[in-house]
Amino acid sequence: MEQVEQNKSPELRSEELVVNMGPQHPSTHGVLYLELRLDGEIVVDCRPHLGYLHRSIEKIAENRTYIQFVPFTDRLDYLASMNNNLGYVLAVEKLLGLPVNERVQYIRTIIVELNRVGSHLVSIGTFAQDLGAYATPLFYCFRDREKIVELFDELCGSRLTYNYMRIGGVQNDLPPGVDKIIKDFIQYERKKLDEYNELLTYNAIFLSRTKKVGILSKETAINYGVTGPCLRATGFKWDLRKEEPYLIYDRFKFDIPVGTMGDSWDRYKVRLEEIQESLKIIEQAIGAVPEGNPVAKVNKVYKPAAGEVYLRTENPRGELGFYIVSDGTTKPYRNKIRSPSFSNLSVLPELIRGLNVSDAVCVLGSIDIVMGEIDR
Amino acid sequence: MDLPHLVQKLNERIPGAVVEQQPSAVVIKRESLLPVAAFLKDTELSFANLHCVTAVDRKDKIEMVYHLYSFLHRWMLTLKVFLPNDDLTIESLCGLWRSADWLERETFDLFGVKFLHHPDLRRIMNPDEWTDYPLRKNFDRPDFIRLPQSEGLKAGG
Repeated sequence: MEQVEQNKSPELRSEELVVNMGPQHPSTHGVLYLELRLDGEIVVDCRPHLGYLHRSIEKIAENRTYIQFVPFTDRLDYLASMNNNLGYVLAVEKLLGLPVNERVQYIRTIIVELNRVGSHLVSIGTFAQDLGAYATPLFYCFRDREKIVELFDELCGSRLTYNYMRIGGVQNDLPPGVDKIIKDFIQYERKKLDEYNELLTYNAIFLSRTKKVGILSKETAINYGVTGPCLRATGFKWDLRKEEPYLIYDRFKFDIPVGTMGDSWDRYKVRLEEIQESLKIIEQAIGAVPEGNPVAKVNKVYKPAAGEVYLRTENPRGELGFYIVSDGTTKPYRNKIRSPSFSNLSVLPELIRGLNVSDAVCVLGSIDIVMGEIDR
Repeated sequence: MDLPHLVQKLNERIPGAVVEQQPSAVVIKRESLLPVAAFLKDTELSFANLHCVTAVDRKDKIEMVYHLYSFLHRWMLTLKVFLPNDDLTIESLCGLWRSADWLERETFDLFGVKFLHHPDLRRIMNPDEWTDYPLRKNFDRPDFIRLPQSEGLKAGG
């Protein structure tokens, strides 16, 4: 009773409270630790602490041959292992001046786009889960992704860390009958995307939680080095697959979805529409795969001439860059990985200052980070 | 726009800044990093994006590597600065590009390069108390795992 009387005193004021969000928190998508300074419900400041998943992959790269490093790239962005494989393999091929045949190009494109669909599905599902749409959207998305994962399992014998791309080709040819499986999946997924639009995209509660929350302007995004769907959501039409085509992306017709104001909803919507576009690319590619042998004739070791290469690819989360320095030996002298999530996360304190704690969770979910590639 | 053209421009605007022109990179003097960066960002070259900051340990020196990107010219420029081993300090680029903040912290964490006038220069991945810089070539891998001294199985225990 006495306590209550004290609390009613006119000198009552709120003090800043420090709340530790993570490193073990369901909505930090891995082991991220955010130190939030709160004034009541309002976030005054936020300090991200990284490094809980630091495995020193860049140092490991200096002690492995070029081929031995491919499986490590799986462990960067583990939701899009194929895309990481591709980025690394393309960089080494550019360093070596190694050509690959047409069939390899097509297979790589199809596989990578399928992985993009899978990655975006996880992103959408977990984002909805973070907002409190308990389990249903997440399970729907995982149900769809399961079809892709099963296909990859058949392709390379692994469900999450594929190690499928090889320097100069791929590990295996496409399994027989894969055309029909993929075509069926495209038909299936298109129907499901309409369902997600009804279920989530224009849902009143979902809109009120995500619209005008965490608005990122185009200038801020570029200044912070934000790339991928987060950058496109600001209305800036920038996709490496279109602007600086690698592989064979210049042969396919597809659009680049952009947002209008760069809020959380736009980031979600861009991802959903990118699934549509990826399906378009897969559909065009699957019918045009030429004959040939895609299996790489892998040397025991590769010895690139002394030099350096910086190559970027468009990953589901943004631009992944590999900076590889060769000194003419069998191992790279330096292998720097520029990961998209790292730069995307650095803008988070800017976005959530002044928002509620619950909105901070929403913004973090919409940025869609994977700690594996942030901490490396 | 190509590399020789850019070097020529730099020589006109900031004489003496360019030390060396490599096949795919420009090496500049440490003192002229800030004026060169400001020139690249704010003039018609419009390198709006600092894409990547990293370092390479060449044993006799540390090589700072900056990757700048211009959306306008669709051009990735590699800018290098050589730092002598006995003085690993360089001006921070945080004032120009906010992306430099974390990327420079990472370089500080892994290589021990000190960035002057950086707003918050702390280690970003490794523990703050640690004194080593793991990506240096002379980094000696310590014994991370020290097993407790085993007394062995006691007979009849």
